[in-house]
Amino acid sequence: MNERDTPPQLNELDAKLRAARAARDAKENEGATRSNQSGVGFAFRIGVELVAALIVGVGIGLFLDRWLDTAPWFLIGFFFIGAGAGIVNVYRATSRYGLAVGYHVPADETVEPREAETSADGSAKDAEIGERTAKE
Amino acid sequence: MASPLEQFEIHPIVPIHIGSADLSFTNSSLWMVAATAAATIFLTLSTRRRALVPGRWQALAELSYEFIAGLIRDNVGDEGRRYFPLIFTLFMFILFGNLLGLIPYSFTFTSHLAVTAALAVFVIVGVTMVGIVKHGLHYFTFFVPQGVPAVMLPLMIPIEIVSYLSRPLSLSIRLFANMMAGHTMIKVFASFVFSLGAVSFGIGGLAPLAMNVALVGFELLVAFLQAYVFTVLTCLYLNDALHLH
Repeated sequence: MNERDTPPQLNELDAKLRAARAARDAKENEGATRSNQSGVGFAFRIGVELVAALIVGVGIGLFLDRWLDTAPWFLIGFFFIGAGAGIVNVYRATSRYGLAVGYHVPADETVEPREAETSADGSAKDAEIGERTAKE
Repeated sequence: MASPLEQFEIHPIVPIHIGSADLSFTNSSLWMVAATAAATIFLTLSTRRRALVPGRWQALAELSYEFIAGLIRDNVGDEGRRYFPLIFTLFMFILFGNLLGLIPYSFTFTSHLAVTAALAVFVIVGVTMVGIVKHGLHYFTFFVPQGVPAVMLPLMIPIEIVSYLSRPLSLSIRLFANMMAGHTMIKVFASFVFSLGAVSFGIGGLAPLAMNVALVGFELLVAFLQAYVFTVLTCLYLNDALHLH
């Protein structure tokens, strides 16, 4: 409806919108730290990651023991595997990926989520990991 | 006085029994229908006019669309666009479930592990299927971590598998525990208002009442944040499945 009778105003509006968006983007990049999650929320998330893997490990152990009648060996083994998986989860959640229990470092850093800086080669990766951990 | 956990009880509204299975339409189902209906009505009505310069409602609808679209673009990339309908639906369903649950006398279906676990398992199975369809058996190299010496692999592969299997669990526990804890806390402080007020002519009730006001505000934030976290993690899992190393 509006587009037919008021093109000049629209152009004006478009320019304004673009300026506002540029200003917003600049502001966002300025304070690019992840402030959307409180420390308590983050701590709670880490706790859940740790416990969830342990529950899965113990669950698999109990199931295999009941099925194969080998109690308590699978339970013992999978308890430690679950604990290890929990620690791996926490390590990954705190080091590389903001919110993820991620698995692999992407081959090209372009698919890396929510990171302002990108690096093409793998040699810079280790330094970057340290940098990010320090930031958090 | 009613227990703070009474609000999580499930009552059948329309009892349906097929064989030995209890398929009753419960208060939980009712609020799921309400969340779906509210989200549908909100998006249909607010996008009906399709003005070039949006009004308030249309701006809100466009905001939620752009929010999720941006989330997918940042976390999954262009390939993720095909999955926009799924992720948007998931977000709106959880968000409306969380928000409707804050209305007094309503029921928060996301505070039940059965509901959140069903959503999480659905997401994980779906994402795994996407990965297998895209990469075939190569998908299972996912469980072989990079840069690990061959001696460690017999230990690392089970750890990776358990870690993968713990995803739906942590996804569902996070949402359900947050919602349940928040709602229990509101109810506990509400009961303090009554019990402290009763012994001190109402004056003692003011402090927990103020606390409750703050808590409800905080719960609004949590309702949004948890829907957001669930959606972001879905995006990241999808990203993992689409882009193997």
